[in-house]
Amino acid sequence: MFRFFLGRLAVLIPTFLGVSLIAFSFIRLLPGDPVALLSGERVMSPERHAQISHNLGLDRPWIVQYLDYLWGVLHGDFGTSIVSKSSVSEQFLQLFPATLELSICAMIFAIVIGIPVGVFAALKRGSFADQTLMGVALVGYSMPIFWWGLLLIILFSGVLQWTPVSGRISLLYFFPPVTGFMLIDSALSDQAGAFKSAFSHLILPSIVLGTIPLAVIARQTRSAMLEVLGEDYVRTARAKGLSPFRVVGIHALRNAMIPVITTIGLQVGVMLAGAILTETIFSWPGIGKWMVDSVFRRDYPVIQGGLLIIAGIIMLVNLAVDLLYGLINPRIRH
Amino acid sequence: MADTTAAEDVVIDPSRARRLSEFWYYFSENRGAVIGLVVFIILVLAAVLAPLITPHAPAMQYRDAVLLPPAWEANGRAAYLLGTDAVGRDIFSRLLYGAQFSLFIGVVVTLLALVGGIVVGVIAGYFGGWIDTLIMRLMDIILAFPSLLLALVLVAVLGPGLTNAMIAIALVLQPHFVRLTRAAVMAEKNREYVVAARVAGAGSWRLMFRTILPNCMAPLIVQATLSFSNAILDAAALGFLGMGAQPPTPEWGTMLAEAREFILRAWWVVTFPGLAILITVLAINLMGDGLRDALDPKLKRS
Repeated sequence: MFRFFLGRLAVLIPTFLGVSLIAFSFIRLLPGDPVALLSGERVMSPERHAQISHNLGLDRPWIVQYLDYLWGVLHGDFGTSIVSKSSVSEQFLQLFPATLELSICAMIFAIVIGIPVGVFAALKRGSFADQTLMGVALVGYSMPIFWWGLLLIILFSGVLQWTPVSGRISLLYFFPPVTGFMLIDSALSDQAGAFKSAFSHLILPSIVLGTIPLAVIARQTRSAMLEVLGEDYVRTARAKGLSPFRVVGIHALRNAMIPVITTIGLQVGVMLAGAILTETIFSWPGIGKWMVDSVFRRDYPVIQGGLLIIAGIIMLVNLAVDLLYGLINPRIRH
Repeated sequence: MADTTAAEDVVIDPSRARRLSEFWYYFSENRGAVIGLVVFIILVLAAVLAPLITPHAPAMQYRDAVLLPPAWEANGRAAYLLGTDAVGRDIFSRLLYGAQFSLFIGVVVTLLALVGGIVVGVIAGYFGGWIDTLIMRLMDIILAFPSLLLALVLVAVLGPGLTNAMIAIALVLQPHFVRLTRAAVMAEKNREYVVAARVAGAGSWRLMFRTILPNCMAPLIVQATLSFSNAILDAAALGFLGMGAQPPTPEWGTMLAEAREFILRAWWVVTFPGLAILITVLAINLMGDGLRDALDPKLKRS
C-alpha cells in the first residue's frame, strides 16, 4: 500500500510542477506588460517602471522568478490582489468555506438520491420505472445548470416565494463567523430563525450544483449494480437463502460501490466547475464567483493564485480517491 | 471486434455494407438514440434553413413589441411565436439562428479536439517511452483544472469572443481523446496484423495512421459525441458568463445572460434559450448512448 502511495505521489509531483508553471506563465502570456499587469498601474515613468519591475523581481531571469514563485507557493504565498491589495491566500481562506459548504450539501443531495435511484433502476432493469428514471437522469446529465438555476428561481423564488433568490443568509442576521459554515455558525448564534434562513438559502444552489453529479452517480450505480448482480457470488448468496435485502444491500452494493466511489471523486472537479456558474447565479460568495469577478476586474494575481489553488485541491482529491480505491480494491495495488 | 480486425485491414472492404447494416440494427434497437437522431436532424435543418423559415431578422428590434409574451398567452401576438425580448427582438427567430452557432461550435470544437487528440495520442501510444510519459504528464496537467475554469482563464488571456472560446474549449476537451487513442493504440500495436504490416515494410506513419488507427475509432466516435454536447454546453456557459459570443450575437448562452435581469418579469426570455440548449444536448447524448451500444460492445451498459 505504501509503495502504491509513493507511486501516485511520484506522478503527482511533476503534475503539480507543471500546473504551477502554467499558473506562473499565465501572466507572462497575457498581451501587455507584466509590470503593469502585476502592479495595476497603467501609466508610469521609465524610472518608476524599472523600480516596480525591480521590486516585483521581474528583472531577474525567468527561471529564478519561477523558482522564487514556487518557493512562495510552497510557503502559502500565492500573490497579492491588485484590486483589494490583500493576499490571495487570505481571500481564498475567507471564501472557500462558502464553496465547501455548498459543495458538501450538493454532494449529499446527489449521493442520497443518486445511489438509491441507481440501485432501484438496476433491480427493475428494463421496466418502465427503470427507463423513466434513466431518461430523467440523462436529462439531468444534459442540463445547462445556469439555466436550471434560473428556472428554479422563477418557480420557487418568483411564483411560489418559498426560497430566497441569492446570498447565503438573510441580511437581518449578523454574527461573526466561527467555522465559516453558515449552517453551523447560524445554529451557534442563538438568533431565532438564523438557521432556517441559512438553510433555505442553501436549498436551490445545492440542487443546481448537485444535478449533474446526481445524474452521473445514478447512471454509474445502475451499471455497476447490473454487473455485480450477474456475478456468481450473488447467485450463491441468493441460493443460500439470504434475504433479498441482505443480498442486494450487503453483498452486491458493497462491491458495486467501488467504481461509484471513483465516480464520486471525479465529480469534485465537475463541482468546482459547476460552482463557477452556480455561485454566479445565486450571488454565492465562494471561490467560483471570486474567480469570475477576478476575470472581469482583470485582477490577474488572483486569477493566477486561484487557478493554482483550485487545481491543487483537485489533485489532492484525486490522490485521496486513488488511495481509497487502492484500499477498498486490493487488486489495483499490484 | 477482434475477429473482424484481420478483414478490416484489407483496403477494399467487401463487408462494409454489411457492417453498416449491422451498425444500424444495433443503433435502431435503442429507441432513445433514434429519437435523438430525429431531433438532431430537425435541429440541423432548422439551422440550415433559418434564413428561409424565420419570420424576422435575428437582430431586428421592434420598438412597439418589447417583452411580448408567447403567442398563446393573453397579450401575445401571432407574429412573435415565442414572444420578444427586452429590445423587441423575435425570440423564435433568434433561437433558430442560435442553432447555427451552437452546431457550428460543436462541429469545430469536436474536430479540433478530435484531430489534435488523435495525432498526439497515436504518437504517445505508438512510440511509448519518454515521449509517452511527457505527453501523458502534459495531459494530466490540463485535466487537473476544472474544464470551465481553464476555459474561462484562457478566454481571459486570449480575449472574450466566440473564436477564442472555441479554441479554449477544444484544448480542454482534447486530453480525453489523447488518453483514449493512446490506450487503444497500445492495445492494438502488438497484434498480428500490425506486425504483419511492419514485416511487409510499412513505415511508422503508415502503421500509425493507416493500419492501427482505423481499428481504434469506435471509442473515439463515442467520445466525439460526448465532446460535441460538452462543447455546446461549455460555449453556452462562457456566453452566459459574458466571455463567449458577445451581444447581439443570437448565441443561446449569450441570450440567457441578456435575459437574466428579466427572470421574475418575463419567464419566456429565460425559458426558451435554455430549453433549446437542453434539447440539443439531450438529443446528442441520446445518440451517443446509441452509438456506444452499436459501435463498442465492450462498453455496453446493459
